[in-house]
Amino acid sequence: MYDFEFVKPSTVADAVAALASDEAQALGGGQTLIPTLKQRLASPSKLVSLIGIAEMKGVCKNDDGSLSIGGATNHATVASEAAATYPALAALAANIGDPAVRNRGTIGGSVANNDPAACYPSAVLASGATVITNKREIAADDYFQGMFTTALEEGEIITSVRFPVPQAANYQKFEQPASRFAMVGVFVAKFADGVRVAVTGASEEGVHRWTEAEAALSANFSPDAIDGLSVSADGMINDLHGTGAYRAHLVKVMTKRAVAAC
Amino acid sequence: MPKDSGIGASSKRREDIRFLTGTGQYSDDINIHGQAHVYFLRSDVAHGRINKIDTAAASAMPGVVRIFTGADFEGIGGLPCGWQVTDRFGAVMKEPAHPVLAQGKVRHVGDPICAIVADTLEQAKDAAEAIELDIAELPAVVNMKDALKPTSAKVHDDLSDNLCYDWGFVEDNRDAVDQAIKNAAHVTTLELVNNRLVANPMEPRVAVGDYNRANDESTLYTTSQNPHVIRLLMGAFVLGIPEHKLRVVAPDVGGGFGTKIFHYAEEAFCTFAARQLNRAVKWTSSRSEAFMSDAHGRDHVTKIELALDADNNFTAVRTETYANMGAYLSTFAPSVPTWLHGTLMAGTYKTPLIYVNVKAVFTNTVPVDAYRGAGRPEATYQLERVIDKAARELGVDPIALRRQNFITQFPYATPVAVEYDTGDYEATMAKLEEIADLSGFEARRKASEAKGKLRGLGVNCYIEACGIAPSNLVGQLGARAGLYDAATVRVNATGSISVMVGAHSHGQGHETAFPQVVAEMLGIDENMIDIVHGDSSKIPFGMGTYGSRSIAVCGSAMVRATEKIINKAKKIASHLLEASEADIELKGGHFSVKGTDKSCAWGDVTLAAYVPHNYPLEDIEPGLEETAFYDPSNFTYPSGAYACEVEIDPDTGKVTVERFSAADDFGNVINPMIVTGQVHGGIGQGIGQALLENCAYDENGQLLSASYMDYAMPRASDVPFYTVDHSCQTPCTHNPLGVKGCGEAGAIGSPPAVVNAVVDALQSGGFKHVTHIDMPVSPSRVWAAMNG
Repeated sequence: MYDFEFVKPSTVADAVAALASDEAQALGGGQTLIPTLKQRLASPSKLVSLIGIAEMKGVCKNDDGSLSIGGATNHATVASEAAATYPALAALAANIGDPAVRNRGTIGGSVANNDPAACYPSAVLASGATVITNKREIAADDYFQGMFTTALEEGEIITSVRFPVPQAANYQKFEQPASRFAMVGVFVAKFADGVRVAVTGASEEGVHRWTEAEAALSANFSPDAIDGLSVSADGMINDLHGTGAYRAHLVKVMTKRAVAAC
Repeated sequence: MPKDSGIGASSKRREDIRFLTGTGQYSDDINIHGQAHVYFLRSDVAHGRINKIDTAAASAMPGVVRIFTGADFEGIGGLPCGWQVTDRFGAVMKEPAHPVLAQGKVRHVGDPICAIVADTLEQAKDAAEAIELDIAELPAVVNMKDALKPTSAKVHDDLSDNLCYDWGFVEDNRDAVDQAIKNAAHVTTLELVNNRLVANPMEPRVAVGDYNRANDESTLYTTSQNPHVIRLLMGAFVLGIPEHKLRVVAPDVGGGFGTKIFHYAEEAFCTFAARQLNRAVKWTSSRSEAFMSDAHGRDHVTKIELALDADNNFTAVRTETYANMGAYLSTFAPSVPTWLHGTLMAGTYKTPLIYVNVKAVFTNTVPVDAYRGAGRPEATYQLERVIDKAARELGVDPIALRRQNFITQFPYATPVAVEYDTGDYEATMAKLEEIADLSGFEARRKASEAKGKLRGLGVNCYIEACGIAPSNLVGQLGARAGLYDAATVRVNATGSISVMVGAHSHGQGHETAFPQVVAEMLGIDENMIDIVHGDSSKIPFGMGTYGSRSIAVCGSAMVRATEKIINKAKKIASHLLEASEADIELKGGHFSVKGTDKSCAWGDVTLAAYVPHNYPLEDIEPGLEETAFYDPSNFTYPSGAYACEVEIDPDTGKVTVERFSAADDFGNVINPMIVTGQVHGGIGQGIGQALLENCAYDENGQLLSASYMDYAMPRASDVPFYTVDHSCQTPCTHNPLGVKGCGEAGAIGSPPAVVNAVVDALQSGGFKHVTHIDMPVSPSRVWAAMNG
């Protein structure tokens, strides 16, 4: 790890100011960034911890029925506090990593990093959630732009994520055997006006919607609706743990299971 | 009623108190005043020529003490290999130099190039980044069969090719085996891969070198299973430090699994640098370094053929194996695919003709050496898989086919040069059928099918050769060491005892089990006895712990030394009791005179030995301390039968182990609880190999599974509750305790059980074309096989 300055501001404004300095880097729960630093693969001059900002922490239900989660809220908190309002999201949070990860990692950190095998991006995208930053509100469909790539600008902080709560939803994760990240994760969310399906882990493009499945499920919300669909192996991740064809197959299997579990 | 102390008692592991309360003393806990830290700059290419190393700028960095390169070791011996294999044509194996730091070329990702010694580790890492390296990358040699093609690049330029040896065993049987296979009623052939593994002990390797200029003594604290072996190899062959000036200490060690047997470059470096700098030098491996510098395990590619006659009797076995040595010969690497593997190819079966061919190959990968089981898992896996395949081809019950071919008469001389002293394979199979409830399997299969899952049953036997090893025999086979062990029993004046043992405990529970033996022999409380191990300055000698040898070999030395103690103590007691020595009996910690009520306590005798006021000084010396060395006359042969039941999710190919049962014959058992724990751990590692673990390289020699993000270790949720039994006991006939060893059995017996079960599940589920899936049997491989 290289030397760096460390600050832990207590307001968003102070954090934004701190991030304005050259080579400053925001730090959520550090579940990706700290290992990266330890391997000397990043050398920020300053780490700006966001987990001391009270206004960025917590889970609350809004008047319109949607659920807001502060960007610095850890997974364990979401697992317990979102359970009544949005059980599928809480279940997703409860199965990220292990207890240590869940008590450190934050939703803002995960969504900002946009790891192609992370769980949260699928929930944000399938829910049609809104990513709220210190500057603006970004619709999920505009936010995710390919693996490790998002609409966030330099120094922009995710202060919260606002989730519309679907009528029914479920997340199915098939774990990569070593990392236990999603080898394929599928989040299905059924709203009054249609179904959204987001896939994580599988694609070289990162999290994405499976629009054919959305159309089929919007017409017939049952596992059988998936049977006639095919998923192309093109652009799927092909690695030590599975071929693109296997991942494409798992997308179907996990989607059907998510629908069945809704 | 189970015993509550002594041999056969499940005494609780006394060492666990310190392990579980954080008071263990591991090598990394050792910090020497003024110590410097070393960081190894390692190759990031698999194969390359070193054109230039410029350390000028780096040497001027803050805190840097000195930067060493291969040039600093030119006049110094490389890392020695402890076993010389002779090939089928009578020539000795190729034995390339293994420099402490790379000289001329780098030969695998992780090969150390420079050692940067600095006041702090961070300073050393900073300086490493300032070193200018000019390395011309060369084509990497990765695939073993490609490595043997004449067009292949050479790992070692001074060798004629990448073949270390081409070994045949028993070479004289070659033609007869060929003939038997040609004439067989049925031949089953199976090609398989025994996957490369990384041991991943919880504690990574550490070396702390210290030097005392006042008396010219070096001390190395290291994570070793065998500190005396390291002292011998490093002192005599690498650094030229005589034994009396070199102390090697292996304090608490957090798991070894074989990978901490070997002498590593980092140990030699820290000892060397401490002498050069007159300052202690410390290295602690990171987990990432461990993946590319700890010796790996297994990595065999094998073709096995099993010949049967018309009555399904095994008539011959022929194997051809390519065994990966990696870039250099690690300490005992050549012995693993040969003498620890070929000699076990008879298994538990009376196959009359066996021929084993092994081609050991150099590649641009991390060196491969012994890993829990070492050669015996590879032998067991191929044999038990091919038998299963044969049963399927012949349409016979795989258990019946095994039973029909069991060895039933002992001693039994196999056609592969070993003599099984004792065993009862029918007994362990019958015990397995009982504990695994094999008769209930079909009902469980139906229940799984009702849930939409495929269920399979895999059963197999195993045998291993433990208690390594008779020195004169292994000497003939190429070992450059004796494989006896030693113990000193030091009885103190008040009767408490320290036993200095050459075996090293790094999780096995020796500190509990060894005292149980002495307590049984003397009839005293086992808590009066401690063992001392792991420090070459405290123990007489010792070859260490591997090959499930500790209790069979070192325990036998301890028994011999304790017998000497008893003999002397009886002499003292006869003097104190004014009776004939022949009439003295030792029972329950008391010496008594046969046929009288005269007695004295253990403590009376021990006190007399050290306060010899009333003592037969004219006949015997004061004091009560005895040493014995023990060299076994044969290997020991633990055996057993294992059963695994798996479920497969046909949608994803994911395999889950639902039941696992093990019926082992370890001969006599000292501490049943510890033995059960050893079997549990071994099965866990075997399931890890069978389903999860895979050390993979790409075609350029880059390590793909270089961290836990890609190397899948088994976790608690990956294994079921085990049913383990070791009540079938045919005691070893040639050691005083009748013990056989239990440390590796689980890892040897379990991989074929898992894979046999997977194949059974797929076959019974209608996937008749699937006759084999290579380990690890990952979900993607199962799915590919189902859809292949």
